[in-house]
Amino acid sequence: MLLAILIGFFAALSQLLFGKFMKGKLSILLSLVPLAFFIFFVQYIPAIAAGEIVTAKHTWVSSFGVDLDLRLDGLALLFSLMITGIGTLVFIYTSAYLKNHPMLDRFYGYLFIFMAAMLGLVLSDNFLAMFIFWELTSISSFFLIGFNNTNPDSRKSALTALSITGIGGLLFLAGGLLLGEVTGTYQISQMISQNELLVNHSLYVLTVALIFGAAFTKSAQFPFHFWLPGAMKAPTPVSTYLHSATMVKAGIYLLFRLSPVLGNSDFWNNTLLIVGGITMLYAAFHTLFRTDLKGILAYSTIAALGILTFLIGLGTKESFIAAAVFILVHALYKATLFLMTGAIDLYTGTRDVTKLSGLHKVMLPIAIAGGLAAISNAGIPPSIGFIGKDLIYESTLHFRHNATLLTTLAILTNILIGYAGYVAGVKPFIGRTPTGLEKVTFPHPAIWIPPVILGVLGFVFGLFPSLVEASLIKPIVATTGVDTSDIHIKLWHGFNTVLGLSAITIISGIALYFIWKPNATKRYFIQRFDKLSPKFIIETLADWFESFSDLWTRIFQNGYLRNYITVIVVFLISLVAFTLLNNTTYQIDYSSFSKLTIYEVVSLCIMILAIGFAVFTKSRLAAVAATGVMGYSICLFFVFYSAPDLAMTQFAIDTLTVILFVLVLYKLPRYLNLSDYKTRVKDGIIAIAFGGLVSILALEVLAQPQNNEISSYYAENAYVLAHGKNVVNVILVDFRGIDTMVEISVLAIAAIGVFGLLKLRLKSEERKQQ
Amino acid sequence: MEFLLAIMTGVLYAAGLYMMLRRSLVKLIIGLIIIGNGANLLIFLLGRITKGAPPIIPGDTKFFADIYADPVPQALILTAIVISFGLQSFAIILVKRAYQVVKTDDLDEMNTIEEEV
Repeated sequence: MLLAILIGFFAALSQLLFGKFMKGKLSILLSLVPLAFFIFFVQYIPAIAAGEIVTAKHTWVSSFGVDLDLRLDGLALLFSLMITGIGTLVFIYTSAYLKNHPMLDRFYGYLFIFMAAMLGLVLSDNFLAMFIFWELTSISSFFLIGFNNTNPDSRKSALTALSITGIGGLLFLAGGLLLGEVTGTYQISQMISQNELLVNHSLYVLTVALIFGAAFTKSAQFPFHFWLPGAMKAPTPVSTYLHSATMVKAGIYLLFRLSPVLGNSDFWNNTLLIVGGITMLYAAFHTLFRTDLKGILAYSTIAALGILTFLIGLGTKESFIAAAVFILVHALYKATLFLMTGAIDLYTGTRDVTKLSGLHKVMLPIAIAGGLAAISNAGIPPSIGFIGKDLIYESTLHFRHNATLLTTLAILTNILIGYAGYVAGVKPFIGRTPTGLEKVTFPHPAIWIPPVILGVLGFVFGLFPSLVEASLIKPIVATTGVDTSDIHIKLWHGFNTVLGLSAITIISGIALYFIWKPNATKRYFIQRFDKLSPKFIIETLADWFESFSDLWTRIFQNGYLRNYITVIVVFLISLVAFTLLNNTTYQIDYSSFSKLTIYEVVSLCIMILAIGFAVFTKSRLAAVAATGVMGYSICLFFVFYSAPDLAMTQFAIDTLTVILFVLVLYKLPRYLNLSDYKTRVKDGIIAIAFGGLVSILALEVLAQPQNNEISSYYAENAYVLAHGKNVVNVILVDFRGIDTMVEISVLAIAAIGVFGLLKLRLKSEERKQQ
Repeated sequence: MEFLLAIMTGVLYAAGLYMMLRRSLVKLIIGLIIIGNGANLLIFLLGRITKGAPPIIPGDTKFFADIYADPVPQALILTAIVISFGLQSFAIILVKRAYQVVKTDDLDEMNTIEEEV
């Protein structure tokens, strides 16, 4: 299994090297990779159906608890089959859809990355490994949405999608870490046994909220749904693959996977019910006002994701069965509808549903696929959609409380979704063919075969539900930890309430289709409410955040050195002064200080004068000379207090600096008076405060006892170990010899720098002479 | 004496900081030099000062018999003096170059020139 994931990533890399050769007719051969994976996963069906769980453990960063524990159970198998199966069809479709596109190799590369990441996501049993794959799917989605990178709208949608799902990714990580902290493991399969501990833990609500944040952003739940319609800017194969069939279901997958871990609490179930309920109605209602085929499908996808969240929220065995079936149902019909839309767009050049009709004459196979998908979507027998819808109604009707309300919600949503299906899958093909669309060329086989396969599959599974019952649905429901022996999925349940509700749904959907015609006026009507939409609100917040950080940066990163210094120093002063004022008793023991002599007093006076002169003089040269005098007086202090080496060094260096300064600067003009009186007073106050602080700190330190361990070690061993009598020299050239060597290299680098700057001057002068 | 030296260190820091807050590049460097000297003096002072006892082992013995000045701060300061010389000489040449190119040593004007280029 690990090999499957790795091959996916290698295939993506190989696009970088060999992509050029695969761009032409050979590109269809790339579909062999997902096809091989599909066959690989199909092999596991008998084992999984028998109730086995295939695992593979690969240690990675065990010390952090990150391991590649791969685990293939029913749920992972369904997703793996969808990822590779629909992936195969999308790869085939792409070879024709983006034929001769200059970036086709890149596109396939991104698709490979996505496929591998998505497989890793559903196969990982380790939460942290899953996080990495989770983020990888977001990133590959970003590149695919922004694939038409010359279009500013595409770029903006890609960024929106990335920021929303990216925030979700961070929440995912935080939630995962909390889970790991509480349960002591990052393996999801081991967390299941700790459900009670988790539910009663004080961090439970926070953990669940974080996980919800991750799932809702990824699966486009209200109020984070808006990135998904924007993501429709991606080429249609991407919308089919990522934004309806697989990636957006990652959030659903997560909720399904964690239901036995975090579920069984009112907070979990009610939140999911409410969010799922709002999402499905809100999105289904929006399909009424869209005229762009992909826009309609995007909202109906969000509605379907809402239904899934809602079903997981119900949390009963029946609802899990319904969710499992509906994941499959939705993947089949929605992928078909998207592929069909892509075909229409490619051959007619428009996706505006008001302009499309009568296309059955020119693209019959696409029309058949669209019709099949619309039927499955509306839940008309004998499609698998009918079974899916029945199961939903059964689970709402048998729910503990508010069964009527929940069922009504489900019916309303299903009517609207059914309507969306007719508009997208039927309307473009029936009626009179408008002029201009009669001469449309017949689609390429790679364009019409994939949707037809998917459309027909929806009926095969509907007629023979036993095909998926034991192999997929039972093992999936088994992952929630319930007994699955009594599950029987049937097309015909006999005459009962559910059948009646189904009939009402189907008939109302068709009626709505005939009554309500999508047009531009209705689209404009709904756009007036955009200011209230979560998209607008979140974008406004993002704008505010941006202006705030802009302001912040301008205040603190303004490019003026003195402002940086001021901020740092003032902050430091206040911080240290606060501590000093609160915690210190001032005790200065004058008796321990050494006596004053006349030499020292004179040196001090010279020094003070020199500093004053250096600071206040109007002449550069005078300032430099004063600095020199100051250096010499420090030199004298070194002499007084037993530091002959320092005195010598200071004397030499000071002389050199002054000479260098004078040589370089004697040509420069006098100082200009650059700052006003007020600034100087302000700076003066800051400087004096800082100086005072240093003095106080120095006195405080002097009052503390001193630790002489290091010094006495050096003094005792200077002669014994290093055979030198001058301890300072021995420290520098022997005990810390390597440090001194590095110091010399620093000087050498500075010298090279100086030399380089001087040489540069010569060259530019030469240039001027020419 | 320690008390006066502590005050002196403070004065050096204050003067250095004040010069660093000026707009002139030359003043900035002078400020840097002053604050560097202040730091040296601070380290020297905090290592405790001792009169007339350099850390040199007397001619015919292997150990110190009497008290001696702390050698560790001295070694540190020696390094610091040399390194700051490297920094200062580089900075001085840089100012010279910058002045040749932009004909000013006002930091603010240098900012705007940089943006215009």
